[in-house]
Amino acid sequence: MLETVFLTLKLAFVTTIILMFIGTPVAWWLARSKSNWKEIVGTLVALPLVLPPTVLGFYLLVILSPTSPIGAFLTTVFGKSLPFTFEGLVVGSVIYSLPFVVQPVRNAFEAIGDRPLEVAATLRASPLDRFFSVAIPLARPGLLTGAVLAFAHTMGEFGVILMIGGNIPGETKVLSVAIYDYVETLQWGKAHILAAGMLVFSFVVILTMTIIERRMRKRLQ
Amino acid sequence: MTDIHIDLQGVLGDFSIEAAFAAPTSGVTAIFGPSGCGKTSILRAVAGLNSSLTGLIQIGEEIWQDAASYTPPHKRAVGYVFQEASLFPHLSVIKNIGYGMKRSKKSHLSPNLDELTQLLGISDLLDRMPNNLSGGEKQRVAIARALLSSPEILLMDEPMAALGQDNKNEILPYLEKLHKHLKIPIFYVTHDMQEVERLADHLILMENGKVRAYGKPADLISDPSLPFQKRSGAAAILDGVIRGYDPQYDLTTIEVAGTPLIVPGNIDAIETTKRLRIKASDVGLSLTQTSEGMSYLNNPLATIISIETINPAQEMVKLQLGKAEENTYLLAAITRKSAEQMGLQPGQTVSTLIKSISFMGH
Repeated sequence: MLETVFLTLKLAFVTTIILMFIGTPVAWWLARSKSNWKEIVGTLVALPLVLPPTVLGFYLLVILSPTSPIGAFLTTVFGKSLPFTFEGLVVGSVIYSLPFVVQPVRNAFEAIGDRPLEVAATLRASPLDRFFSVAIPLARPGLLTGAVLAFAHTMGEFGVILMIGGNIPGETKVLSVAIYDYVETLQWGKAHILAAGMLVFSFVVILTMTIIERRMRKRLQ
Repeated sequence: MTDIHIDLQGVLGDFSIEAAFAAPTSGVTAIFGPSGCGKTSILRAVAGLNSSLTGLIQIGEEIWQDAASYTPPHKRAVGYVFQEASLFPHLSVIKNIGYGMKRSKKSHLSPNLDELTQLLGISDLLDRMPNNLSGGEKQRVAIARALLSSPEILLMDEPMAALGQDNKNEILPYLEKLHKHLKIPIFYVTHDMQEVERLADHLILMENGKVRAYGKPADLISDPSLPFQKRSGAAAILDGVIRGYDPQYDLTTIEVAGTPLIVPGNIDAIETTKRLRIKASDVGLSLTQTSEGMSYLNNPLATIISIETINPAQEMVKLQLGKAEENTYLLAAITRKSAEQMGLQPGQTVSTLIKSISFMGH
């Protein structure tokens, strides 16, 4: 059981780190760009919010399989076929949780407005410098929200994982899958422990995040 | 040194901007006009924040924008003070100031941190966070931040418009001190005539996106073809030098265009330059050149340059004080009836009766 908990935390942690690196620039572009493509890209990013996880998982399975061009490329990069591996789960989780990072971070960037960035420009800060010295610090509450949501959402992921990861102990068997397993095999006691653990975890995460975020916002007013 | 040349075109909302003017590379150039006339767009274009205006921006020997080139804002050595102080909320006062300092090239024009924070009265606030400052304090920090980034020009966009009257009165003296202290030119956008009168060395009058006139404030304010005189409370602006003080009557003599004027009180040290404001409604005219039997101490001779009707009852008379080449003018608001009965004509020399003179901070 501990192995499952550890694997789930590891997946959530790796996914969150990768998402912050991918989601933040995407959110910045969506917040600042005047391009006509902006809303198309925004919609693509938001798709996992409404798509049934099984649909997403099905397409990922097709795309990641070594017979597709992208899958073939990834297979050479990772040295193995991605479906039914931990790496495959990470790729799936990143796509599945992307909107949970992009949306709050984009809102935070938009809330900054033009003025602080203009001020920084007149104080000789280059565009990249402005991003790191002004935009990121001022968007901190949004970044925190994004990271916590990505982490928590990945912890509870089920459908996508079942489709592309299956149920391999130590490799792809995460909490939600394990709970399903225990219930299927009528091990209610173990299911109770994991389910209650998730319940407490979720409650603590949301409460902590709300408190920290409120403090940050107060400081930035 | 070469002057500042601005020649910008573009579209702003409903009207087009066509602004061409030259300004000296020292002193305060006020860009004056009603709200929405394009003043701020021009200022933003100079800073590189408004790329929709095309044309020429030349500051001294540097060209920041012309048909072939466009310098991005962070490579233009400007100091920009926005209407709202716009301090970075995540940085303390000293770190706000340091933000520009550490990113700019030091030059011989760079003011000294201690001196400037002293001058602006913010030395005790350096460790505070912006949300613990009053509106006036924030704006003073913003001014220090802009100046310590070693700009070649300071751009101020109605820096006092968002402040209450108390905060305005608090900041104006600092601006006047700065004005004396700084060696760089200042562009000062405003729609407040009082600020123009107190601060401007050079005036650009804008209307509907176009430059209506530019030149010395005293010339423009007294020009009958411009709208300044139509304002109630029209006044002439004159520069004078203090020449003496009479302790017996507590009166100061100040010389304006070779003409001594007497004002109550001990104004300032001898040889100090002062800017005077004489309201048109405080000036009367007389055909008899005598001061006997009159309570008016100041009745210098002046030559009528023009007479304009400002309303059915009143005329605005523009007069030349002293020699013609001095460009020193007085305004007198008199009734049309008096003007007709006295038979006033341009070119005529008359006695002026000046009831009161006030001082601008300079």
